[in-house]
Amino acid sequence: MPEAPSSRRRRPTAAAVEPGAEVATVTALEDRRDAEGRSTELVPVPGSAEPLADPRRSDIDEWGRSERMRQLARTLYGPVYERWHRVEWEGLDKLPTEGGALLVANHAGAIPSDAPVIMHGIESELGRPVYGLADEVFKRLPVVGVLWSRVGGVLAHPDNAYRLLREQEQLALVFPEGTKGTGKPFQERYQLRRFGRGGYVEIAMRSGVPIYPIAVVGAEEAMPTLWSSARLARALGIPYVPLTANMLVFAGLGPLGAVVPLPAKIRVRVLDPVTFDVPPDQPRYSRSRIMEASEAIRAQIQEALLDMLRARQSVWFG
Amino acid sequence: MGKRVLITGLGTFWGGRVAQDLEADPSVDVIVGLDRHDPRVPLERTEFVRTDESYSILARIVKAARIDTIVHTFLVVDSTQMSSRQMHEINTIGTMNLFAAASAPDTTVRSVVVKSSTLVYGSHPRDPVWFSESSRRAEQPRSTVERTLLAVEGYVRDFAVDNPHVAVAVLRFSNVLGPDVSTPIASLLTRPLVPTILGFDPRFQFVHEADVVRAIRFALDSGLAGTYNVAGDGLLPWSEVIDICGKRPFPLSPIGTELLALPLGRLGVDLPRELLDLLRHGRGVDNRKLKAAGFDYRFTSAGAVDDFARSMRVRHLTAAGPEYRYERDVEQFFRHSPAVVHDD
Repeated sequence: MPEAPSSRRRRPTAAAVEPGAEVATVTALEDRRDAEGRSTELVPVPGSAEPLADPRRSDIDEWGRSERMRQLARTLYGPVYERWHRVEWEGLDKLPTEGGALLVANHAGAIPSDAPVIMHGIESELGRPVYGLADEVFKRLPVVGVLWSRVGGVLAHPDNAYRLLREQEQLALVFPEGTKGTGKPFQERYQLRRFGRGGYVEIAMRSGVPIYPIAVVGAEEAMPTLWSSARLARALGIPYVPLTANMLVFAGLGPLGAVVPLPAKIRVRVLDPVTFDVPPDQPRYSRSRIMEASEAIRAQIQEALLDMLRARQSVWFG
Repeated sequence: MGKRVLITGLGTFWGGRVAQDLEADPSVDVIVGLDRHDPRVPLERTEFVRTDESYSILARIVKAARIDTIVHTFLVVDSTQMSSRQMHEINTIGTMNLFAAASAPDTTVRSVVVKSSTLVYGSHPRDPVWFSESSRRAEQPRSTVERTLLAVEGYVRDFAVDNPHVAVAVLRFSNVLGPDVSTPIASLLTRPLVPTILGFDPRFQFVHEADVVRAIRFALDSGLAGTYNVAGDGLLPWSEVIDICGKRPFPLSPIGTELLALPLGRLGVDLPRELLDLLRHGRGVDNRKLKAAGFDYRFTSAGAVDDFARSMRVRHLTAAGPEYRYERDVEQFFRHSPAVVHDD
């Protein structure tokens, strides 16, 4: 695992701060050298690195992920994945078996099925964990937030992504459309929304990892949004409050009906990786390069979606 | 010539601990401790001055004692102990006066260590899992203790800029646990039922009290400059903290928690705003910068909790010991009377 140079200054990217928001800054004093010009950053004495006693009782890691909970989730979600959505992958072998990589996919459905499908598929096929980067909304909600982090969800923050990708060389999954993708009405299905502000490209550049674009077909039909109330959403402080087809179809199930997806066939296609010939760990990257790459990846996924939709004969049987 | 150290907040747990530690060091010539209250630990050679932290007195002391090192531990991070106004006086005004005194034109001060807290980062759903020293807060502080600590760090930063020849180290300590120190979190964990917020299980990070004193000593000895997080390795969920302490969780409603906290406060369960935020969202800080500077921890986060839990099991047996009481005349006698025979 490469050690990050400690002198590196992590600059908060635009994604972390709302425009125009007045934010109190916590500023650190700069490192100084003492009177003799000796750097105050000393090298640790070798041999003193005797591991400390760490009496942990749970298997919950620093990200809040628990392998035991993940195992349980895999067991419960397995039948949904195999029987309900009958997920089929294309190009799964393109994904790396080691090293960090950022997976970027389209995002759809009021409660999107694409996230669990991609995470479950890669974890069970490749046997490596996938950390899903998500909006802060998850962390605000009781129970949901805890469960989400136990099964591998992490707040989409540039610092978190850097640590996951560069320092821990993990797979991270991100949906640049965010809630704009999942909140869109059914008539606008498979029309990709803006890919944020390209923050995900900047993160991949800084972490020095490739981006694997992923196109998912079927999640749109698994939970179509028929109508949504902007006023109610504002009042509740959540991104959208939808009326989904599922609520009507599964009305007999009561409140459970709102979370059960329709049995749409889901196909996932992994596209060729995108690499960036820029050095990692830079404080800034060219805006134009970022936006160019972001637009190209968005176009690539949009094209793959159209290609997959052309070949699709049935929403339910693929 | 040895060090001439001024410790603010000698009557606090940390001031007393650091003074005791420095007394054992022969390279320290003079230790002067300031506080409004009597020291709570027996001290051999530390000179105690009872004073409020007004500018003129501080300036005279710094000048008269030729202070070259200041250890600023008189910063209140436990908001359950006093009112906002008092906290403002001690943290903000006290720090302002201290650094004004230390930056007098002919100052002898060469090194400063400030005991700050990771409270300056706040606790918010938009936080990264690990804050680095240069991370920004997600939102403006809501609690007085956080506001005053940010103001304190502002004065320290100004002082560091104006006095580039002084090594200024700001140590941001995480939640402290240990056998002796009393903190709002420790007092929650001593009860059979420990408050949690229903549906939240945030990650906590701790630093052991011994590592706090060691970190302050390390900063003094190595002439550390800059801002450093001080926290044990690892983050562990609050449920696990409760489990290690052998207690049971007592879930509070996630809606209207602050209203619930009011009657609980009457019952002696203090849940200040910053602690409620922490119980909801937790906080982790990156401790690698201080490690890279050469500091090695004795306890991880879980290790600190475990050591605290062990001491808690025998607390009712050990708490009965005789408590030290500061008697001014007796202390004056020991320090200044020719009758007392010193070994050296």
